[in-house]
Amino acid sequence: MKFSEQWLRTWVNPRMDSNELVEAITMAGLEVDDVDPVAGDFQGVIVGEVVWVGQHPGADKLSLCRVSDGDSTQDVVCGAPNVRTGLKAPFARVGGFLSDGQRIERAQVRGAESNGMLCSEAELELSEDGEGLMELPEDAPTGADLREYLSLDDRSLDVDLTPNRSDCLSIRGVARDLGALTSQTFEDLEPEAVTPVHSEIPSIRVDAPQACPRYVGRIIRQVDTSAPTPMWMRERLRRSGIRSIDAVVDVTNYVMLEMGQPMHAFDRARVRGGIVVRMATEGETLQLLDGQTLELGTDNLVIADHQRPLALAGIMGGEESGVNEDTRDILLESAFFDPVMLAGKARAHGLHTDSSHRFERGVDWDLQRAATERATALLLDIVGGEAGEVIEIASTEHLPASTSVYLREARVAEVLGMTIDRTTIEEILSRLGLRIVRLHRDGWEVAVPSFRFDIALEVDLIEEIGRIYGYNRLPVTEAEGRITISAGAESVRPLSRVQDHLVALDYQEAITYSFVDPKLQQRIDPEAASIELANPISSDMAVMRTSLWPGLLQTLSHNENRQQNRVRLFETGLRFRREADGIAQESMLAGLITGPATPENWVNETRNVDFYDAKGDLESLAGMLGKTLEFEPAQHPALHPGQSARVSADGKVVGWLGTLHPQLQKMLDLHGRVCLYELSLESVLNGYVPHFKVFSKFPEVRRDLAILIGEETGWAAVEAVARKAAGDALTGLRVFDVYQGQHIEKGQKSVALSLYWQHPERTLGDEEVQGLFDTVTQALQNELGAQLRS
Amino acid sequence: MENLEALRDEALNAISEAGDLKTLEQLRVDYLGKKGHLTQLLKGLGKLDPEERPAAGQRINEAKERVQGAINTRRERLEAAALDEQLAAESVDVTLPGRGRETGGLHPVTRTLRRIEEIFGGAGYRVEEGPEIEDDHHNFEALNIPPHHPARAMHDTFYFDPGTVLRTHTSPVQIRTMENGEPPFRMICPGRVYRCDSDLTHTPMFHQVEGLLVDRRASFADLKSTIEAFLRAFFERDLAVRFRPSYFPFTEPSAEVDIEWGREADGSTKWLEVMGCGVVHPRVFENCGVDPEEWSGFAFGLGVERLAMLRYGVQDLRLFFENDLRFLRQFR
Repeated sequence: MKFSEQWLRTWVNPRMDSNELVEAITMAGLEVDDVDPVAGDFQGVIVGEVVWVGQHPGADKLSLCRVSDGDSTQDVVCGAPNVRTGLKAPFARVGGFLSDGQRIERAQVRGAESNGMLCSEAELELSEDGEGLMELPEDAPTGADLREYLSLDDRSLDVDLTPNRSDCLSIRGVARDLGALTSQTFEDLEPEAVTPVHSEIPSIRVDAPQACPRYVGRIIRQVDTSAPTPMWMRERLRRSGIRSIDAVVDVTNYVMLEMGQPMHAFDRARVRGGIVVRMATEGETLQLLDGQTLELGTDNLVIADHQRPLALAGIMGGEESGVNEDTRDILLESAFFDPVMLAGKARAHGLHTDSSHRFERGVDWDLQRAATERATALLLDIVGGEAGEVIEIASTEHLPASTSVYLREARVAEVLGMTIDRTTIEEILSRLGLRIVRLHRDGWEVAVPSFRFDIALEVDLIEEIGRIYGYNRLPVTEAEGRITISAGAESVRPLSRVQDHLVALDYQEAITYSFVDPKLQQRIDPEAASIELANPISSDMAVMRTSLWPGLLQTLSHNENRQQNRVRLFETGLRFRREADGIAQESMLAGLITGPATPENWVNETRNVDFYDAKGDLESLAGMLGKTLEFEPAQHPALHPGQSARVSADGKVVGWLGTLHPQLQKMLDLHGRVCLYELSLESVLNGYVPHFKVFSKFPEVRRDLAILIGEETGWAAVEAVARKAAGDALTGLRVFDVYQGQHIEKGQKSVALSLYWQHPERTLGDEEVQGLFDTVTQALQNELGAQLRS
Repeated sequence: MENLEALRDEALNAISEAGDLKTLEQLRVDYLGKKGHLTQLLKGLGKLDPEERPAAGQRINEAKERVQGAINTRRERLEAAALDEQLAAESVDVTLPGRGRETGGLHPVTRTLRRIEEIFGGAGYRVEEGPEIEDDHHNFEALNIPPHHPARAMHDTFYFDPGTVLRTHTSPVQIRTMENGEPPFRMICPGRVYRCDSDLTHTPMFHQVEGLLVDRRASFADLKSTIEAFLRAFFERDLAVRFRPSYFPFTEPSAEVDIEWGREADGSTKWLEVMGCGVVHPRVFENCGVDPEEWSGFAFGLGVERLAMLRYGVQDLRLFFENDLRFLRQFR
């Protein structure tokens, strides 16, 4: 809601300067977004009168003019197409200056003298219009200072209203609030009824009373549509951000700004038969004022005549039935459309108008007749004509009910945290137009006025009291109440431990969008059923991620393109999959590493990361959380078929680990090998509470063993056989060498492992250990065909 | 015995000239060992007259002690010299970088979230979480935003189907918490939220923390103190805070919270909007089965990136989701 400060002050004029006023209404919840001067900062510009125009001898497009400044006339060169004898226009005198700082000086323009400058609206920063000279009314006093004549020392305030405050979508509404805030008297506009001078009454039928509970119409005959809109009205409209169209439309817009009632004027001659307010029929079309043609549906309310729709009710008028220069008689419409019935309808057609904005939020449902009278009076003043009788079709059943709300004094104190005395409360309510209809010992019964759509409950009134009293005058108290001691399960580890551990392992945390490029996701995770957004922001953010990998890979690509060759990233967050029983939203952890294993340095070998680096990081993480992860070879579409593992914990599959498939790496244009993993967070974070076991006091014994075994046999198999054979006293089993190559037969590999034994109750003797060792060797030979290496 | 002095002096001389520990040890054996020259003299005492024995024994022992003393002194000196030499040989260039890996870092949003959680955690607020794909009921209806409510237009909602959305705020978590528990409540819900909006100052995803306190008596004045205390703790400054009436369908009275942030060009206080808050709307309580006559409460919501930008001086919101390492590494 944009309006002129001067206009507001004609309603309520508190003793405060402009900044204080802006601050006051902002702090009452009417947030002022912008404050703009209504004109440029020019000086020495007056109302000039063009008294003679001739052709410039040296330039086709220039005129020589004589301009009167009231006292004398000046020779002025002018290039505007609309300059003509008798025109009154802003005239910047020699010595004056424009807002851009340009000083007006005596000048020679193509050999002709020019003493001053006739100005366009753009040159004075009144509007963007720089096409021609600004045309002032014929009765503008020649020689008067333009700033004074147009009262340009004013500012436009743009208030960002919250959707509950439809009552402030008018000067009248803002003034009422300002009056309450500053304890100034607010007098509502109560237009007098214009006496009808002819008896033609419009035929009006309302077929959809639930959507249009009130429709008020009046015919005004014999109007002069060529009459210009008076300067004062044009200026008020301009300062409210509304362009002047013609006098009739300007008046309807003016009443909307002033009182909050959107109105429409039809050309009476083009209404065939009478007005019918009805729902549109499927497929009906309507050409709007802005030129576009809409195809309507049965949920669109239209203002029609007996043949076709004339206007999209409460949103925009039609092209065919609008007022134009040939219009003689007009039919004025002032209606109340139900906010719920109108909600979303403009938007559904890609429209948003000053009218739809107001009707969707709620227009004073008792205002239609008063607004009609106000518009009539203004029209008769400006375009003349003869007013007929006002016809009102109202459906009490569908109009909002007049209600009241019970307000308890004690509740005000409870909610706001302080006691406000009764007199103050009563004054605030009454200044806001919230009439007290009954006094009670513990409170008041307050009538809800027809202009407030946001008041239905006691708390709505308490908010009004707090708002006008001032939130910042309310006390600051410590919140009371018990603090209940509660903590999560100890066995569930906080996410922060995972994050901190990975950070210590040289990972940088990333946060990527939860929606990704469907094409990329299809390549990475083709088997998961993804969930599509109905209204994505762009085609490359159109589906919810089924894995955290697409986001991390894109982040990697972004960074590689910025000369980062060593990248280690992790992310935690939800992944989204469509599953048989609905949408699954699972919390995941994903990591990615690429580039040198260590930063470039002077001491360590320089090699690039591989599968075992990523696996080592995962094992480190699992170790920190006291979890055992199991890895088995398995195929994943995004991973290198020989370097990918399905990861399990506690017997359940929890994720994947592997090297990015070389084809995918190529497709993404990534520089080198990328190793990555993704695990369900819950399965990792859910651990156990430790239970102490007594440890052995007796010495531990180590034996090493080297075997030759088929290269296809995995370590997990070796480990399982060895463990099983080694008996209960086994305390440790490690692999310390794996070798293939020289001296080893092709297809074979050498594996060296160390075994540790320790008995809980005694020292193990050499023979006993040798026995255990032999059992292990035997088992490896029998079960895996291993040969003992000498 | 006449050669005792000569023997002693010869030993002392040799000791003082011993250049290393090995030589010194050999000298000890030569003079003081079982078969050493001085030890031999003691063994020869038996051949002397009994009257002479004590005096002679004493002289030999004195000589032995002097030699032993000299050996000890010399050994210490030689050991010290050897240690010095070893240490000198072992010295390294301490200015060379260490042998180790680098350290990663948390995303600034996580860093900020942790700080917020820590501040509220200290005041007894528990962290609650909820789904990001939400149903219309939890994201809107239960929060007193019925269909066609104008407030819905403010949300720029991402839809999957008419009843399923990406949550536009973390407020649905307060509904879920109240539906599933019994008052009193003290909770915050941090998390990702989504709005169908993308320009210089909006990203289609960002993070919010919603807070809720429900107790027997919780007023707007209590809310004010909570917000002020939080903001001052977060920014570690005694900054001015003001409450501006606003509108959220799920709280009433509702307020936007501004903090003092420097000066405008004309010298007046510059205010920045950082949070929204209000007293829980009775309809929200009713929707969750909490009796609004018996319980009252307040709620607040803040944008995490917004606070992080102010706190760390980040100018461009979009940097948070580009994940450029040159950006991320600055928040360790």
